[in-house]
Amino acid sequence: MTVLRQSLELGLTLCRTCGLAVSRASLESDGRCPRCQSRIEHRTPFSTEMTLAWLIAGIVLYIPANLLPVMHTSGLLGEADSTILGGIFEFWRSGDWDIALLIFIASVAVPFTKFIAIGLLLVTVRNKSRWQQHQRTALYRIVEFIGYWSMLDVIVVALTSALMQFQVLGTAEPRAGIAFFCGVVVVTMLSALSFDPRLIWDQRV
Amino acid sequence: MSASLTPPSGDELPTPVVQNRRWIPRLVWVVPIAAAVIGISLLIKNWENAGPRITISFLSGEGVQVGKTLVKYRDVTVGRVSAVGLSADHQTVLVSADLSKDAASLLKADTQFWIVRPRIGVGSVSGLSTLLSGVYIGLKTGTATLSESHFMGLENPPALSHGPHGRELQLHAARAGSLAIGAPVYFRQFQVGRVIDENLLPDGSTRVSVFVEAPYDGFLKPETRFWNASGIDVRLGADGLNVQTESLAAVLAGGLAFDDGPTEAVSAAANMPGEEFTLYKNEAEAMAPPDGDPRYIRMRFAQALRGLDVGAPIEFVGVNIGSVVAMDLGYERQDKTFPVIVTAKVYPHRMGQAYSVLAAQGHTESEETLAAFVGTLVSRGLRAQPRSASLLTGKLYIALDFLPASPRAAFDASIRPLELPTVNGTFQQLEAGVGRLVKKINDLPLEQIAADLHTDLNDLHETLSELHAHVLPNAVDTLSALHRTLDSADRTLDVESPLQRGLAETLSESRSTLQAVREFADYLDRHPDALLRGRRPEKMPQRPAAALSTEAKP
Repeated sequence: MTVLRQSLELGLTLCRTCGLAVSRASLESDGRCPRCQSRIEHRTPFSTEMTLAWLIAGIVLYIPANLLPVMHTSGLLGEADSTILGGIFEFWRSGDWDIALLIFIASVAVPFTKFIAIGLLLVTVRNKSRWQQHQRTALYRIVEFIGYWSMLDVIVVALTSALMQFQVLGTAEPRAGIAFFCGVVVVTMLSALSFDPRLIWDQRV
Repeated sequence: MSASLTPPSGDELPTPVVQNRRWIPRLVWVVPIAAAVIGISLLIKNWENAGPRITISFLSGEGVQVGKTLVKYRDVTVGRVSAVGLSADHQTVLVSADLSKDAASLLKADTQFWIVRPRIGVGSVSGLSTLLSGVYIGLKTGTATLSESHFMGLENPPALSHGPHGRELQLHAARAGSLAIGAPVYFRQFQVGRVIDENLLPDGSTRVSVFVEAPYDGFLKPETRFWNASGIDVRLGADGLNVQTESLAAVLAGGLAFDDGPTEAVSAAANMPGEEFTLYKNEAEAMAPPDGDPRYIRMRFAQALRGLDVGAPIEFVGVNIGSVVAMDLGYERQDKTFPVIVTAKVYPHRMGQAYSVLAAQGHTESEETLAAFVGTLVSRGLRAQPRSASLLTGKLYIALDFLPASPRAAFDASIRPLELPTVNGTFQQLEAGVGRLVKKINDLPLEQIAADLHTDLNDLHETLSELHAHVLPNAVDTLSALHRTLDSADRTLDVESPLQRGLAETLSESRSTLQAVREFADYLDRHPDALLRGRRPEKMPQRPAAALSTEAKP
């Protein structure tokens, strides 16, 4: 097995903008590229800390997002506040299992996957674990990719509210829950962005 | 820049410009902290807003849905049903509801809850919106100071859910008539309130609770009389047909009306405690002066009384003083007859002024004095007589009237109820007269008359055929002969006929002859001698003068 050496071992850092290799004179400090004035970081600074902060914010926001109603519908058949989970149950009970499944994946499975995946990455990176490095990198890519799919719920509410304005016959209005849910999606995406996947490969020396 | 196998030394490479700004990334912690603060504040707000949880028991939970059915006060949502279950003994449905915090003050020990369902009555339509939206639980706050968290739900909504100002009254009646909860209450055809409750009291009478709204409760006075205004009052009086009704809704759904009663009624009504009134059957009964206690009389009629009903009026000298309450068939042992025994209730107070005079004289003090007084009236000819109230319907009423010509009757003042002597009704006398007339008609020898008439007609027929066979042909001959005769006479008398002409000639001849005779006579008159001497010639020119002179000197 060939040993792949890292730039760290070579005392090198690449400018991510212009590709200038600079010496790692100061490993921990930030600096600017002498050529293009872009920021030069050996690793994204405070990556784990920021990721953790965003992740905690996401988890905190996820609680009101699920407890508060996301949409308020009123019409001839009465008015109702619906939460995300309540809506899923409603669809499931009325036989629309496919829609229920879609909403479940978008608004429950995906956020939870992200929480767990990012949490796992954070823990392993902190331990500089050498466990399943390829898989963890793949996991990071998946988290980045699926992030915006959670916005499906937000879009559903936005579209419904915009389209369903028939006054007496029926109106739908967004409620606070959807704002929190939107926050969850944005914050977890920021969390994933803050994570520097290069950390996965920083092994214990 | 390609990486070479040998790493370049640090001196060959450019060094980055060092900047120290490590505090900025730490700002990211503001985000989870802010999120936590918002979340916790929401939780606190929710917890603060969480109102009381109450349990209401209903007999039926029809239409109540967890999380959907709302609790509303004055059509404003104040809570939501959180659970529906059965009581331990499975007799009632327990509905749990979370109320908002500001609704907590509505919960009093006597707060009422009921399930609002669509109700369509004649008088009103309510809860129509629940047809589509589903039921909701109505709430009417109470006045008690204690608060409560477990309530007994009403099965029917209270008539007044939002407690407007006004007065609630209790009306007592023998029967409620066709009143429904929510039926209107009218004051001079103006709706001023509603029936809010009906109860059957243990003694079998009914109690009707009515609510009179605020500005109109001032019309309620101690002498106010309430009556049942349901239906249509059609009266055919001396002034024509009179139809009276409070409103169409009252006709269909029933209703009550009230108005000031006669002022003498104050004393009678004043002893009604508090807000209680008597409900009369109709306006006439309500407005009548108080009847006082009824007295019962009994009458034995020796005739069939078909057409006399229970409730038929008793009239004393034309004044309605009571009604028939019972009719029975008796049996007289001595003469083996079946008299009709009529019991009637009379109100002496209805005699009005006469009663006051009698009372002043002490005749009404006790049963005995009254009976004695009735005895004197009977000796003066007071009798009960069934009379026909209407020839069309054949209905009877009983008239108490003075009939001095009636035969003497025994009156026992000790019998209770008083037993009044009776005479047979006028309609029977009428019947007897008609019967006699019919008998007379029956007795006529109609068959004899018919037979005689028949023979007479036969004779006439024969005579006429005789005439036809013999007389008529002769008459025809005679008539034609007459016709011929008249024809010839006509011809004879014609101007051109020879006879006519000859006659004319003869007449002119005779005219000239007569002229000659007249001349001769004249001559003879003047010359009578001519008869002897013959005619002398005359001097023609002076003939008149000569004639005169000869006449002057005869």
